[in-house]
Amino acid sequence: MLAYSVRRIFSLVPVLLGLSLVVFFMIRAIPGDPAQVILGQLATKDAVAELSKSLGLDQPWYVQYFQYLGGLLSGDLGESLRTKSAISEEIWPYLAATMELSFFAMMIAIVVGVNAGIISAWFQNSWFDYTAMILALVGVSVPIFWLGLMEQWVFSYNLEWLPTSGREEVRNPVNAITHLYVIDTLIQGRTDQLVVVLKHLVLPAVALSTIPMAIIARITRSTILEVMRSDFIRTARAKGMSMFWVVYKHSLKNAVIPVLTVIGLQTGLLLGGAILTETIFSWPGIGRYIYEAIGYRDYPVIQSGILVIALIFVMINLIVDLLYAAIDPRIKYR
Amino acid sequence: MANTPVLDVKQLKTSFLADGGEIPAVDDVSFSVNKGEILGIVGESGCGKSVTSLSIMKLIPQPPGKIVGGEILLNGENLVTAAEKRMRKIRGNDIAMIFQEPMTSLNPLFTIGDQLVEALLIHKKLDKRSARQQAAEMLKLVGLPRVEKIMKEYPHQLSGGMRQRVMIAMALSCHPKVLIADEPTTALDVTIQAQILSLMKDLNEKLDTAIIMITHDLGVVAEVCQRVIVMYAGKVVEEGTVEDIFNNPGHPYTIGLLKSLPDIRGKKGRLYSIPGNVPRPGTITVGCRFAARCERAVEKCLTDNPELYRKGENHHVRCFLHEPGGMSHE
Repeated sequence: MLAYSVRRIFSLVPVLLGLSLVVFFMIRAIPGDPAQVILGQLATKDAVAELSKSLGLDQPWYVQYFQYLGGLLSGDLGESLRTKSAISEEIWPYLAATMELSFFAMMIAIVVGVNAGIISAWFQNSWFDYTAMILALVGVSVPIFWLGLMEQWVFSYNLEWLPTSGREEVRNPVNAITHLYVIDTLIQGRTDQLVVVLKHLVLPAVALSTIPMAIIARITRSTILEVMRSDFIRTARAKGMSMFWVVYKHSLKNAVIPVLTVIGLQTGLLLGGAILTETIFSWPGIGRYIYEAIGYRDYPVIQSGILVIALIFVMINLIVDLLYAAIDPRIKYR
Repeated sequence: MANTPVLDVKQLKTSFLADGGEIPAVDDVSFSVNKGEILGIVGESGCGKSVTSLSIMKLIPQPPGKIVGGEILLNGENLVTAAEKRMRKIRGNDIAMIFQEPMTSLNPLFTIGDQLVEALLIHKKLDKRSARQQAAEMLKLVGLPRVEKIMKEYPHQLSGGMRQRVMIAMALSCHPKVLIADEPTTALDVTIQAQILSLMKDLNEKLDTAIIMITHDLGVVAEVCQRVIVMYAGKVVEEGTVEDIFNNPGHPYTIGLLKSLPDIRGKKGRLYSIPGNVPRPGTITVGCRFAARCERAVEKCLTDNPELYRKGENHHVRCFLHEPGGMSHE
């Protein structure tokens, strides 16, 4: 298993290399010059040229690319053109914000989605099944920005239960240690702040959870339905086991692998694709970090940001693959 | 003592709802199993054997299936009207079942030990340790070696025969009064088949568990059963002792089944087979259900329903050939 993991990690090298190349060219295909953007519309040609030179943007593309690649190999993600600080240091607070949000969104999606799927399968063709599956269809179809706005309108504006946006109260900022605010407030024993942080998490996490929740519910339902037809389910029932245990022990464990696959893919997507939610809820996450960098044509930030997201995505899927073997004794990695 | 029925099935009728109609898969089936007896239920695929056994366990998928009539008496208690909660106490504890496919009848993701102790934990309220001990005892009883190791193994690490032994151990772990074995040897190699059959016979004597042996294989019946019922298209067509059925079969269907057994003395030529197939349930509503395939069918067979006529002591045949005062043997 260790050998397998190491091999998988090494196989990432060409993937990431290819990705870095694609991203490198794609962002340079966007019209607009970083130096021009930084200096503004009224800057003189000379000033722009000078800044370009000092940023190294006047060099031929291959020089730029190999410099960037050389940096990557030594663990240097580069430097932001705009803020001049090292991306590897700058990126973490954003990444942490996104990870926290994605984690809670996924938790909601898994708990609700898996259970809705199980109950739908158990009571196939009942009113619950129909309602849940229609909701799941709505869940995947509803645009997140609309859902986010509706949430804000109902729960913040009208009911005033939850804050509209951000991660914390401006007047009562969290003393960041790990930048995962739930953990930070916990280790500092600030339960008052923990409540605030959790309240800020609810709306964006719910908005973000809808699509994975719907997909998980549908996959769980169809897999459980299939498993419930297995002979070993009949055996379990013939032992006198209650339906509850038959479903939650014998069929759920067998249904876990396809569900886990979907969870892995969706988690990866959330980490990279939360831009809409992060924008609506002013969540200072990686999606917004990259989005803003695009506005400034901050090439290194875009390149490295996307690379980090890709790395996380493949790592999550590696973990999922390794989990298969932990769940199913028939799966062995060599 | 030998003649007290533990399980008494009376006029059982199980139907499936399909295409807006009710299709009877088991139609007016009656039989009883005595304490410690091995009863064979024989018939081709689709004749209602498995539906009968699942009806007794009340594990018919519902809907579309439903027990629409009759009684299933376990020591006098009617299971047809019993609540699901009561049935859960009976399944695995009073009536246990083993299935045809030992490959798929065990959950691939749980260890043998895990699956063995389940019934004990449910019914005998044992703690985990003594349940494991008892499960290990059962594995020894069914003749498995290295019991401790097998308990920790997963189904895919065992051979088909071993898995079926595990299934038997699992089914018998709570010492049920009745064991329903639905084609227990069909999926196994011939040599393993013989082992499993002799094991079942052995356990039947040791534990005094009545066994209902469901099979399409008359060889199996000859080997282990004392009494046999022959089913065809959802009906019992003949019942009797093994001697009755083999030496003096009454129903043309039974005769056909016996004729289609290969003969070891090596008669040359093609093996006999009954022409045609078992009719789909619900397609024949009048007359004898076997009439269309019967070599000896007459007009009456297509219009009237035969009853079970007495052929000898405990030997009954559903055929007009045996109707008192009716058509006789030529």
